[in-house]
Amino acid sequence: MTRRTTVADGMRSLSAGLREFYEAPYRRTLSRARRDEDDLFTVVVLAEALGVPNPASYYTVELLPLVAERVHEWHTRMGMERSPLDSVSCC
Amino acid sequence: MNSLVLAIIGIAMMLAGYFVYSKYLARRVYRLNSEFRTPAHELQDGVDYVPTNKFVLWGHHFTSVAGAAPIVGPAVAVIWGWLPAFLWVTIGTVFFAGMHDMGSLWASVRNRGQSMGMLSGRYIGARGRNLFLVVIFLLLLMVVAAFATVITNLLIATPTSVIPVWGAIAVAAVIGQMIYRWKMNLLLTTVIGVVALYSLILVGDRFPVVLPESILGMTPATFWIVTLFLYAGVASLLPVWVLLQPRDYINGVQLFIGLGILYLSVLLASPTIVAPAVNQAVPEGTPSIWPLLFVTVACGAISGFHGMVSSGTSAKQLDKETDGRFVGYFGAVGEGLLALGAIIAATAGYQTLADWEAVYSAFNEGGVSAFVNGGGAIVNAGLGLPVGLSATILATMAVLFAATTMDTAVRLQRFVVQEAGEILGVRVPNVAATLVVVVVGVALTFSAGADGSGGLLIWPLFGTTNQLLASLTLAIIAVMLLRKKRNPVLILIPLVFVMVVSVYALVVQLGTFWTDQNWLLLGLDVVILVASLWVALEATIAMQAARKGQFDPETDDPVLAGAGRGDTAASD
Repeated sequence: MTRRTTVADGMRSLSAGLREFYEAPYRRTLSRARRDEDDLFTVVVLAEALGVPNPASYYTVELLPLVAERVHEWHTRMGMERSPLDSVSCC
Repeated sequence: MNSLVLAIIGIAMMLAGYFVYSKYLARRVYRLNSEFRTPAHELQDGVDYVPTNKFVLWGHHFTSVAGAAPIVGPAVAVIWGWLPAFLWVTIGTVFFAGMHDMGSLWASVRNRGQSMGMLSGRYIGARGRNLFLVVIFLLLLMVVAAFATVITNLLIATPTSVIPVWGAIAVAAVIGQMIYRWKMNLLLTTVIGVVALYSLILVGDRFPVVLPESILGMTPATFWIVTLFLYAGVASLLPVWVLLQPRDYINGVQLFIGLGILYLSVLLASPTIVAPAVNQAVPEGTPSIWPLLFVTVACGAISGFHGMVSSGTSAKQLDKETDGRFVGYFGAVGEGLLALGAIIAATAGYQTLADWEAVYSAFNEGGVSAFVNGGGAIVNAGLGLPVGLSATILATMAVLFAATTMDTAVRLQRFVVQEAGEILGVRVPNVAATLVVVVVGVALTFSAGADGSGGLLIWPLFGTTNQLLASLTLAIIAVMLLRKKRNPVLILIPLVFVMVVSVYALVVQLGTFWTDQNWLLLGLDVVILVASLWVALEATIAMQAARKGQFDPETDDPVLAGAGRGDTAASD
């Protein structure tokens, strides 16, 4: 088509290439850090269910459905074969 | 000899290697298959296993493997004259490094992208894996100590680089914020970062920072070494997105700019090489060229470190197996070009032979400083930048490479320490592990004197360990080929050569350390020597077994007598 679109396309692919160049080497480190943080969050939300008194449970109980799907993945990663929760049975 | 002619011959040799030899390797030896489902597709997870455009992947691969080492090695080695270094770099790149890098990529791709450590467990045996950990720890330890000295020497020899070198940390930190917090366009960020870095170089050129004789009771060299280790310790503990990631990125961009400046200057100025082709009058105390040349120039000719990059990361992102030729082999060519640039800068950037001999007055004198000053003169002649500014640019470039390697190496070593702690049943917190790494590194750097001259004494030992790692990788590739019943001779010849020179160099250095009464380095030398002989032994056993046994051509697993093909379980 026009020259402008080719230039724009070129810039876009250059940008995408640079972004890949920026992100790829650290993708694993960053996703692992994020997973660790998510794990901590999961433990906080599940605290009451695990028998740990949680002063913020009034608020975190609302978040239970959000972490429920992650419970299975979480407990297997933590080295527990079965879910430690009575309320959530996933396997 | 005109340096332009040398550059053209060198580039032509490496390109011929890429267009002819690597094709031969791809077709006959590794038999790369574009139909093969690479781990990036088979195990695609959006994190590690991501099919990546081969040019982007090459960019990563090249910038991860190329750093200060291919500058330091050749710049030290030209003391024997330019011809030996030139031949080892070009022939090494074509027949050793290219083959090794491409091979380790292939080996890993054929094994679900596993790292060389895992592969040594599989093809060499359980002891092979432990051996691998030992060698890697030694390699990281030595690279940290050697680079601390290299950076310190540069900061003292080129005081104009002090401001840009430390300012670059701030630039990187701001870039990290721009990308993750302010979500700015990366192209714009890159331009801003590069402009900021070069502005700092201009500022630094105007305001050199020379430390006083005594600073906090330390000499300038001691002060810089301590500061560098403090920096590396802190940097390695920060979340990677804050500093390490933007720093790596800017350095990657800077590598291309620097190479461009250097080769463009050689093209425009075409200076004459003043150094002798073979130096007959080497300064007193210079070790014999044979075998020391082959361990002084490690990166740029063959380097085991590349195998770690190939197998750990690049292999998981390879879109097609045939891309391995470009990513692996051409990655080695890129590093060879950097080493060639270092040779030219350190031999052609001087007016007369006497000037050059004054710089290379003793072994380990000259080195990177010779690269910076010589390269500065060439850039001055080629691009018309003032000599001081050109030298500042090159010094900043060299320091940034070395510093990035240093902080990454401290980080990786921390993981090794923590892993070792786990084996012993102790949980080592991040800060404690980093402290262990930094203290050991500082001790090694200061082992031969408070000015940190211990750091450069280690250089040949670093080269030897790097070659040792390369031999281990080559042994794995050879075992794989033998299991597939292919001819491994093109791997075996370089393997035997590299093993022989590194063991020979270790023995020669053993004598040197003994006369110098440097017990720490003597101890290290013995450890590396034992590891080398161990590698040779294990590799021979594994190759014999691979040659005699029957293996499944697809999975490389042993076929048991009486069992049909495909009945053997994948045993990883």
